[in-house]
Amino acid sequence: MAFYRAHVLVDTGTPAVLKGALAVKSALIEELKRRGLDKEIKVVETGDLGLHNAGCGVVIYPEGVTYANVTTDFVPLIVEEHLLKGRPVEKLLYKEDQPSVVTAAESPRCNEMRVILKNIGVIDPNSIDEYIAHGGYEGLVKALTTMTPDQVINEVKASQLKGRGGAGFPTGLKWEFTAKAAGSDKAIVCNADEGEPGNFKDRLILEGDPHQIIEGMVIAAYAVGANEGYIYIRGEYHQSVEHTEKALKAAREMGFLGKNILDTGLDFDISIFKGAGAYICGEETALLESLEGKRGESRMKPPFPPTYGLRGMPTVVNNVETFAAIPHILAKGAEWYCSIGTGQSKGTKIFSPCGDVLYPGVYEVPFGITLREIIYNMAGGIKSGKDLKAVLMGGPSGVMVGKDALDRKLCAEDLNPGAGALIVLDEDKCIVDLMQNIAQFFYHESCGQCTPCREGCKRMLEVFNWWTAGAGSEDDIALLEQLATTMSLTSKCGLGQFAGVAFKSSLPLFMDEYRAHLKDKVCPTGVCSMDKVLEEVK
Amino acid sequence: MASCESKSCADCEAVVTRICDSYGSCRGSLIPILHDIQREMGYISSDAMEIVAERLGVTSAQVHSTATFYTLFYTKPQGKNIVRLCDSPPCHIEGSRAVREAISKELGISEGETTEDMNFTFEVVSCMGLCGVAPAIMVNDDVYGNVTPESVAGILNKYREAK
Repeated sequence: MAFYRAHVLVDTGTPAVLKGALAVKSALIEELKRRGLDKEIKVVETGDLGLHNAGCGVVIYPEGVTYANVTTDFVPLIVEEHLLKGRPVEKLLYKEDQPSVVTAAESPRCNEMRVILKNIGVIDPNSIDEYIAHGGYEGLVKALTTMTPDQVINEVKASQLKGRGGAGFPTGLKWEFTAKAAGSDKAIVCNADEGEPGNFKDRLILEGDPHQIIEGMVIAAYAVGANEGYIYIRGEYHQSVEHTEKALKAAREMGFLGKNILDTGLDFDISIFKGAGAYICGEETALLESLEGKRGESRMKPPFPPTYGLRGMPTVVNNVETFAAIPHILAKGAEWYCSIGTGQSKGTKIFSPCGDVLYPGVYEVPFGITLREIIYNMAGGIKSGKDLKAVLMGGPSGVMVGKDALDRKLCAEDLNPGAGALIVLDEDKCIVDLMQNIAQFFYHESCGQCTPCREGCKRMLEVFNWWTAGAGSEDDIALLEQLATTMSLTSKCGLGQFAGVAFKSSLPLFMDEYRAHLKDKVCPTGVCSMDKVLEEVK
Repeated sequence: MASCESKSCADCEAVVTRICDSYGSCRGSLIPILHDIQREMGYISSDAMEIVAERLGVTSAQVHSTATFYTLFYTKPQGKNIVRLCDSPPCHIEGSRAVREAISKELGISEGETTEDMNFTFEVVSCMGLCGVAPAIMVNDDVYGNVTPESVAGILNKYREAK
């Protein structure tokens, strides 16, 4: 391995890329080459450094100096002063008195507990060497060389890890069902079709540390005896596909994938499958249909994927975050994992507060933390300085809570966080307008296969269209409640079952606001037009 | 066989056949094949679907049902640049409505339409996982976050110069 006297890490998380991070990276490489420093100094892409609102961040090691708001114009200066002469560029330092920059001591990252995200912003996601140097593939080696498949399953069961995609089914149990299912051909599928609005955690893991997912999937394959693996990534996640593809290639070259992995006789390889734009494919059986080349329409359950999954094979389908937790559980043990979190929710969870917060982003914390801690201490509170009105937990298919829920704990026994999205609304936002938007979303995304969901989503949108146009009546509330209940009882899959949950949970919180729209024909926040010409929803 | 709208029939057949050859002949290859066809030809014509159906041993109705299910697949010619605006809740509450109006005004078309010169197609789509930088748009594969009605023209102009 080549030796470098310094490493320059460029933040290439999505916010930084939007501020020109890729151009900064290319400019650094060019400038180092021009000055003949390219053999002694290495430029590395890394994940989101978490320097909120501070543009493109650059960290230089071994000094550990962080620069903020770097643009290509400053590149020659950094190379000349810091890398050539050893003098940090004062004016670019990430420090306290800089407006719009949080100080290191106050950094919202301080309260985090990074297990799955520990490498993000630290290593080059495209380097398997760096992943290994930071403890990567330890869990895999331990599992495959010192444990039997049964022991691996028991360890995952003992960790009490539950699926992180929203449904929260115990992972160990899912693996056990798959291992015991009849059939010699089995499959492992990673659900990276992150489509629930408000969730963007899987994107960060795929872009910032993709090897964890591969490691988790190989461990799963060993545990259940699978030979085929797929990572189903949304078609819109180009960088995720790119980084994961590179990671798969490197893992294959190292012998962590392919024939006879680590001489255990395990043959297992993973392919990337690019989705083509369908929210419903986040539902596991719809995802399997899509993998088979069909329309993404959910299947009748049972049978569940552990007995009848991809092309009829017993199949493990887990979320990105779930697979990413596996290597840590195997490397450090179930006991350690269980020491984190609450009685019913063990380990860490990744949250993605967004909407009206000052620092939207991805934060990993132990289960049991309060909603207030995430929104106010980490995400910086409400950006307008106004009051918090409501939080949509997990996304449009989750429940809505109000201000009084701020001190509730995020865990299975109190407030269930779903997949981790926290869509935060300040007091200027209109609940009815948001509900109309949510109804529009489900109307668009319903696959159209079963009647309660197809027709229900359409009628729901129609009613909200009346309400935001000032054409509603108070009687509609009971009608819509009944519709939401019918859909949750009779729809074939989660999409229709949960489409009315946000509305139903918002009713007791914001009855006055609904009444104002329906009785007085007034939108208190002034968001709804209240005089739109109505068109029929077709 | 009916004539292709974009390329000559022989071209279309050669491209689709080459793409099909690079995959196995199982139904599971259908979506990757459709992705590739669209990348090379801009959209998936009914002629292309017929060839794919024949190669995979399924009916053209089955190929058609898959191709029309997914929002990223087009069965009609699209603009050279595809502008996608997210209007899911996180972008919606951060002002995607005003951005939508600005894009419509700038391009002179409504959502779902293509400009006359075939340079732009404008779509309103569901969440693209860019909620941290809402409101967000994508132009082709490029991501733009924290978009304002004022920044729309500057972004779109980049794709006009390429004409």
